[in-house]
Amino acid sequence: MAADYVALLPAAQMLVAAIVVLVLDLFTPADEKGVLVWTSLAGLALSAWVALRFRGAEGAFGNTLLLDGFAVFFILVFAVVAALTILMSVQYVRESGIREGEFYVLILLSAVGMIIMASANDLILFFIGLETMSIAVYVLAGMWRSRAESAESAMKYFLIGAFATGFFLYGIALIYGATGSTHLDRIAEALGGPQAALLLTAGVFLVLVGLAFKVAAAPFHFWVPDVYDGAPTPVTAFMAVAVKAAAFAGWARIFLHQWEPLRDEWTPAVKALAILTMTLGNVLAVTQSSVKRMLAYSSIAHAGYLMIALVAGGEVGAQALLFYVVSYAAMTLGAFAVVAALKADDREGAAYADFAGLGYRKPFLAMAMSLFMLSLAGFPPLAGFTGKFYLFRAAVAAGHTDLAVIGVLNSLVSVFYYLRVILMMYMQEGGVEAKSFRGAPYLYAAVGFTAVATVYLGILPTGALYASLGAIASLR
Amino acid sequence: MTTNLLRWIPLLPLAAAVLNVFFGGRWGKRFAGILASAAVFGSFLIALRVFMLLSPDAVLRDTLYTWIESEPFKAQVSFQADALTAVMLLVITGIGFLIHLYSTGYMAHDEGEARFFAYLNLFVFFMSVLVLADNLLLFFVGWEGVGLCSFLLIGFWYEDPANTTAGNKAFIVNRIGDFAFLLGMLLLFWEMNRLGVPSLDFAALKDAAARIAPDTAVLITLLFFIGATGKSAQIPLYVWLPDAMAGPTPVSALIHAATMVTAGVYLTARLNFLFVLAPYTLSLIAIIGAATALFAGTIAVAQNDIKRVLAYSTVSQLGYMFLAAGVGAFSAAVFHLFTHAFFKACLFLGAGSVIHAMGGEQDMRKMGGLRRRLPATYWTYLIAGLALAGIPPTAGFFSKDRILLEAYASPHGSLALWLVGWITAGLTAFYMFRQLFLVFHGTSRAPESVQAHVHESPAAMTIPLIVLALGSIAAGWLALPSRDVWDPWLQAVLGRSNPAEHGEAVNETLLVALTVGIALVGIAAAYFLYGRERRVREDGPLWGTLAQKYYIDELYDFLFVRPFTAAANWLARAFDPGIIDGAVNGVAGLVRGISASGRRLQSGNVQHYLFAFLIGTILIFVYWLRR
Repeated sequence: MAADYVALLPAAQMLVAAIVVLVLDLFTPADEKGVLVWTSLAGLALSAWVALRFRGAEGAFGNTLLLDGFAVFFILVFAVVAALTILMSVQYVRESGIREGEFYVLILLSAVGMIIMASANDLILFFIGLETMSIAVYVLAGMWRSRAESAESAMKYFLIGAFATGFFLYGIALIYGATGSTHLDRIAEALGGPQAALLLTAGVFLVLVGLAFKVAAAPFHFWVPDVYDGAPTPVTAFMAVAVKAAAFAGWARIFLHQWEPLRDEWTPAVKALAILTMTLGNVLAVTQSSVKRMLAYSSIAHAGYLMIALVAGGEVGAQALLFYVVSYAAMTLGAFAVVAALKADDREGAAYADFAGLGYRKPFLAMAMSLFMLSLAGFPPLAGFTGKFYLFRAAVAAGHTDLAVIGVLNSLVSVFYYLRVILMMYMQEGGVEAKSFRGAPYLYAAVGFTAVATVYLGILPTGALYASLGAIASLR
Repeated sequence: MTTNLLRWIPLLPLAAAVLNVFFGGRWGKRFAGILASAAVFGSFLIALRVFMLLSPDAVLRDTLYTWIESEPFKAQVSFQADALTAVMLLVITGIGFLIHLYSTGYMAHDEGEARFFAYLNLFVFFMSVLVLADNLLLFFVGWEGVGLCSFLLIGFWYEDPANTTAGNKAFIVNRIGDFAFLLGMLLLFWEMNRLGVPSLDFAALKDAAARIAPDTAVLITLLFFIGATGKSAQIPLYVWLPDAMAGPTPVSALIHAATMVTAGVYLTARLNFLFVLAPYTLSLIAIIGAATALFAGTIAVAQNDIKRVLAYSTVSQLGYMFLAAGVGAFSAAVFHLFTHAFFKACLFLGAGSVIHAMGGEQDMRKMGGLRRRLPATYWTYLIAGLALAGIPPTAGFFSKDRILLEAYASPHGSLALWLVGWITAGLTAFYMFRQLFLVFHGTSRAPESVQAHVHESPAAMTIPLIVLALGSIAAGWLALPSRDVWDPWLQAVLGRSNPAEHGEAVNETLLVALTVGIALVGIAAAYFLYGRERRVREDGPLWGTLAQKYYIDELYDFLFVRPFTAAANWLARAFDPGIIDGAVNGVAGLVRGISASGRRLQSGNVQHYLFAFLIGTILIFVYWLRR
C-alpha cells in the first residue's frame, strides 16, 4: 500500500536532497559552490512543504513512523534551523578551508535523522534516527581538519556519545524485556497491565539518561564545553539548537505523551536534573573568558529551563516546551551566527575581548547580538522573556513553584554574563589585535532573520503558541 | 463595526519613525522631514475617513492580536474609535501634521533633524495609541510612551545640561502621576475581578461601572485624577510643563496643544462613567482645576520669556478644562481642549517664528515693534491671542463661555467656581495682550545686530500659522447657540449636560456679557500699561513673587527634592556600599568562587568525563529508587 509510506516522505525527500547535493558537488567547480547552498535550501524547503502537505497522513510501518502535527512542527523547526545553519556557514567554511559540499550534505543527513526522531513511535526507530543524526554531527564537529581543537572535539563527542548510546540501547532492551515490545503504543498498553516493575523502571531510567546526554543535562554535560568550543562555530550552533530540539522532541513524545502513566516515577528525577542543569550551566558560565564557551554553558542552562516544562507536564507544559524550543532556536542561532562572523588573525574571534568596541565597528551585528543576549537573559519584550514566562507559569500551575523560583534566580545569575557581552561591545575600546570581518550576505541574512524572529516571538507570541498547542493536541 | 483602517493611524508614524531612525541620516536632511510629515498627513486622512464612517453612537473596532492571555485575564492589542476618539484623532493628526510641516522649516538648520522627526513621529504614534486603545492596559502603553517622547524631545538639545534637567524633570514628575495611575488601574482590576468581570476593556468597564462600590470608585478616580494632574499639568504636578519649553519650539506646540497634556483630560472624559460615580472626586477636580487656572494665570502675568508666558497659559487653560470636567460637563471640557489646540499651537508656532526671526532671543523685554517686520506672524498671533482671551467670534470665546456657564449653572457648579473662572478670564486677556504689545508693538528694544537680521519665516512655517489662525476662529462655530453640532456628536459617549435643562433659570446673556466684559477690561488694561511707549515699572514684592512663580519650585526643592537627595546620598554613602553592595558582591563573589572551582572539574580528559557520567547515572538512579 503506497499510502502506508506517506509518513516517510519528509525524511526520504531530505535524503534525496542530500544525495543530489553530494552528486552536484562533484560537478561543481570550486568557485561556483554557491549553487550547492541554494540546492540545499531548496531541499529543506521542499521537505518542509511535503511535511505540511501530508500532515496527518496515516502512520507508516504499522504506526511506527507518524506524520502527526507534532512531527510536522518539529520538521519545520529542523528545516528552518538547518537552513539558517547553512546560511551562517557559507563564509565560514570557505575561509577555514572546510570542504563545502560535504558540509552541507552532512547537515542535511543529520536533519534526516532528526526528522525520524520526531516522527518515530517506536524505540528502535527512534534509535536509528538518533544515530543517523549523531554520526553526521560527529563528523561535522571534526570538519575543520587543520585545527586540532576540531579533531579533539569530534573525538570526545564520539567517545562520550558512544558511551551514552550504550545506556540508551540497554534501556530499550530492558523495556523490551519488561513489556515485550519496542513499539510505544504497545508499551503504553502494557503499562496498564502486570509488569516486571524493576526491569521497566531501570529501562525507563536508562532511556532518560540517553536523552539527558543529548540535551546536555548535568551531570552528563561535561563534554559540552569542550565539544562546543572546538567544533566550527556553525556546527556548534547546529548542535546547540537542532540536536537539542530533536532530543526534546523525543523526550516530549515518549515521556510526556506515551509514558504519561509513569509520570510520578520519572518526575522527581527529571526535576532534580533540571535544577542541577540550570544551576550548573549558569554558575559555570560566569567565569568563562570566551563567548563561545559561555554560550556552550548557556545552552546547558537552557536545557535546564526546558526540562522545567517536562516536569510541569500536561498540555500547558508541553506547549511551553515547544514554544521555548522555537524561541531558544532563534536567539541561540543568532548569537552563534554573530560569533561566527568574527575572526581574529589566526583563530576564531570568540573571546570576550574580541567583542570590545564591536558596537562602533559593526553596529548591525552588535545591535543584533545585544538583542540575543537580552533575550537569552529573559528581558521583555523579547522571545526569551515570553518563553520563560510560559515555562514558569506552567511550573507554577503544576504545583512546582519551587522550580519556578529557582528558574528565576538562575535567570538573575545569567544576566551577569550576558550583559557582559553588551558591555564589551559598547563600553570598551577595541581589543589589541586588529580583526578583519568576514561578513557575508548569507550570514547577515541569518542574523537578520533570527533577530526579527527574536523580537517577533516576544511581541506577537500568539501564532507560535497556537501552533505549539495544535502540535500537542495532535498527539492525543 | 470592525475595520482594519484604525491600525494605520498609529502605524504610519511608527513606520516613518523607524525609517528615520535607521536611514534618516543617509537620505539627506530634507527627506526626514518630508517623510515624517507625509506619514502624519496620511494618518490625518485616515482619521478623516474614520470620522466620516462614524455616527455619534457607533464604535469602530480593529483588533490586531491577543497581547496577553493569562486566564482569566486577557488583553488584546485592539483599537476602537467612537465620537470622542475621532475628535482626538483629528486634533492629534491634523494639528500634529501642521506642526510637522512647520518643523521642516524650523529645524532645517539643525544637525539632528532625522532624530528630531523620528521622535516627533513616535510622539504621534504613542498619542494615537493612547486615544485609540480599547482597554486601559493599551492606554497605559500610550500614556507611558508620550511620557518617554516628551523626555526625549524636551532634552533634544542634550549638549546643554539645562535642557537635560528639564527633560528629567518632566519625566520624573510624570512618573509620580504614572504611579498613581498604575495603582488606580490595579485597584480597578481588583474590583472588576471581584465583580466577576476580570477585564480592563472600556466597554466592559462601562457595563460594570454601576456595580462598583462607591468608596472604591472614589479611590480609583482619585488615583486616576492624580495621574491626570501629572500628564495634564495641574496642581500639584504642573511644575514640569513650564520647564518643558527647553525643547525646540515645535515640540512645545506639540506637547501643549495636540498631545501629551490633553491625555489627562482625555482620561477623565473617557472614564466619565467612573467619575460620575464619585461626586467627591468631581468636586475636587473642579476645585483643583479652578485653582490651577487662577494660579497659573497670575504667574503668566509676570513672566518675561515669550514661551514661558504661553506655558503658564497652557496650565491655566487646562485648569479650565478640569473645571468643566469637575462640574460634570465633559463635553465642554473636550470642546475647550479642541479649540485650545488650535490657538495654542498657533501661539507657540508664532512664538517660534518670532524667536527664529530674533536669532534665538526669547526675552520679551528685548523685542518690540515686530508687527511690521513679521506681518504674517503678527496677524495670526493676534487672532490666536484674541481666541485665548475669549473675544467673540473666535473659538476661545465659545468654549470658554460654555465652561463658565457650566461652572455656574451645572448641578455641581457654584458661584465661587464661576467667579474664579471669570477672574482668570480677565487675567488671561491681560497677560496675552501684555505679551502681544511687548513683542509686536512699540519700538524695537533689540540690539542693532539682531534687528538687521529680523525676517519673516519661510512659507513652510507661515502656512501652518495661517491655517491654525483660521481654525482659531472657526473651530468654535461647531457649538453656536443656534446650531450646536458638538454636544449631539459627543452625547452618546460623554453623556448629556445642558444647564438649561436642569431647572434653575440662568441669565445666559448676562454671563456672556460679564465674561466678554472682563476680557475687554483685561485687554484695555494691557493697552494702557504696555500698549504705548509708557511702560510700567515691574517690581515690588507682589510682582517678584509672581515672577518667581510663587517660589513653588523652590518649595518643592526644599520639601521633596533636597530631603530625597539627602536620603539618597546617605544611602549611597553609608548604607549601599556596606550592606547592599556587600550582599550583592558577596553573592556574586560566591557564585564566581563556585564557578571557578567548578571550572577545575572541566579537566578536558575524556576519562574523567565518562567517570562523572557513570557516577551521575548511579546517583540519580539511587535517588529515583529511594523516592
